[in-house]
Amino acid sequence: MFSRDTWKEIFETIQKNKLRTFLTGFTVALGIFIFVALFGMGNGLNNTFAKFFGQDATNVFYLFPGQTTLPYKGYKANRRIEFENEDLADIEKNFAMFMEYITPRIRRSGLVKYHEESNNYTTYGVGPAHQFSEKTMIMQGRYLNETDIKEKTKYAVIGRLVAKDLFKGAEPIGEFIDISGSVFKVIGVFQDDGGDNEERIIYIPYTTRQLIEKNTDKIDQIVLAFKPQIGYAGAMAFERSLDKYIRSKKIISPKDPNGLFIRNIADQLKQNQQFAGVLQLIISGIAFVVIISGIIGISNIMLFVVKERTKEIGIRKALGATPRIVTTTILMESIFITTIFGIFGMLLGIGLLKYLGNKLAEDYFITSPFINTGTAIFATILLIICGTIAGYVPARRAARIKPIVALRDE
Amino acid sequence: MIEIKNLHKSYKMGSNSLHVLKGINFSVEEGELVAIMGSSGSGKSTLLNILGMLDEADSGEYTLDGVPIKNLNETKAANYRNKFLGFVFQSFNLINYKTAMENVALPLYYQRVARKEREKKALMYLERVGLKEWATHLPSELSGGQKQRVAIARAMAAEPKVLLADEPTGALDSKTSLEVMELIQKINDDGNTILIVTHEADIAQMCKRIVHLKDGVIVEDKKVKQVRASSYVQ
Repeated sequence: MFSRDTWKEIFETIQKNKLRTFLTGFTVALGIFIFVALFGMGNGLNNTFAKFFGQDATNVFYLFPGQTTLPYKGYKANRRIEFENEDLADIEKNFAMFMEYITPRIRRSGLVKYHEESNNYTTYGVGPAHQFSEKTMIMQGRYLNETDIKEKTKYAVIGRLVAKDLFKGAEPIGEFIDISGSVFKVIGVFQDDGGDNEERIIYIPYTTRQLIEKNTDKIDQIVLAFKPQIGYAGAMAFERSLDKYIRSKKIISPKDPNGLFIRNIADQLKQNQQFAGVLQLIISGIAFVVIISGIIGISNIMLFVVKERTKEIGIRKALGATPRIVTTTILMESIFITTIFGIFGMLLGIGLLKYLGNKLAEDYFITSPFINTGTAIFATILLIICGTIAGYVPARRAARIKPIVALRDE
Repeated sequence: MIEIKNLHKSYKMGSNSLHVLKGINFSVEEGELVAIMGSSGSGKSTLLNILGMLDEADSGEYTLDGVPIKNLNETKAANYRNKFLGFVFQSFNLINYKTAMENVALPLYYQRVARKEREKKALMYLERVGLKEWATHLPSELSGGQKQRVAIARAMAAEPKVLLADEPTGALDSKTSLEVMELIQKINDDGNTILIVTHEADIAQMCKRIVHLKDGVIVEDKKVKQVRASSYVQ
């Protein structure tokens, strides 16, 4: 049945019915192409999304002190809460097993000068761990280290755009800049994926900042990262016990909404993941519908093809073709066509995604669209199988028609 | 060659059934050239279709070349058709995307004859109907008479026991009809058994025997003196 002769007969039929072949093939190729392209672009959308929200570390808490609104344990309301260096040490001591790192952050703005150039920049007094929480990438020189913190060195790590604006392409490392009246030595230049504003920042040791400000030990914010192994539930539990700990330490009512703020990125991360999940669901839904309509399209064309061939089938049967041969031949033809065109459509779709790459990233938020090869192949095979079944039913019916009936429609 | 006993056939037309063949008894010897005549509705095409296993009788016996033809499923019927019968239709029924030669070779394909052999045989039969140089042409490039000759070549290619022709000249003008009849007579001269359904008396006269059908029964069955088609051609 699968002899060379059978194949030759099939090829001849395919070759000599170009329009029919093209119509069938086109439907299949288009279906698969749209599926692959759509699915890939959906993935691209997800990529963009992940990039938007994935620029900073995701296992981070931000702790902000506030102003109490409730009187508590003999303290009046409207008391300003402040963090101190000691708090850092205490948190580190008490929660060591959950924590990866901790760093304070003291935010100031001021005029920064280098020779004739000057501009207003945000300066963060931070610890070395801040590099990880912001995913700061060092381009030149180095980041702040523990020694800088201990010795309260007047070193600064400047953003790529700060270097560009102030130094105009000159070598910034080892140069001295004036930050709000104090002279700092530039020891590193960094870049950050978070956008231009994040590259217009200057990092200095937080101890140095405190020294400049009359040797205070106050801290604006605390940034701390939990160990990713503790997972989402662990992070939430950690947040609760941290909240409780600080409230009792700082004597803030557990019910006070404004005494202490903890921003938990893990919580946001979960929401973001849920959003991405919904997006993926919508895309999958659309892709599914595309596949379904592709299947319907193929079924239609198959029905039409077999209908069109009823007379030919009658002639062949009169000449001695058995129903089995007729069905097999039609099926082999349809499988052959759908396979070839299906693969073609799939490759075309993948090619389009490859070609697009990041071309749509700016305007349409589609970054490096891609499709799992497995998914693409699965969809193609699904379409081929469905096309075959869709062709099989009418082919079988046509093969069973008495030749006299098939020949009658004249 | 063909033995028919008490053949009945009726068609269901909605609620009433139409009794088309009402007990046909009839036999054909090897080498005969029989015309089945009758006005439209007399059941002549139905008889031919049953003989050709394109249709099934309701009751009665049918023996073809000593083989009882009964309880046919489509596969069995197809195999018998392929082995025993060649068909010539009024509307030619060539496959329009196949060349003359491929059309002629088709029954051989279903006999699983090797490709080279098929082509050789197909060319031989095309030569016999005088269309060898048209072998690579599509049916759409042939005239009606040529198409019918290709169809006859196709029917002959499988070397059937019996050739069944349903109004083979029905769609042709009188001159072409004569050419086709001349060919049929020639094939008959070679010893092939041929049955022709026709309603044209002059075509029937070119056969060796005429069977008249009327309202589903044979009213007349006579041997005639054959008129040679070549005698008409100037």
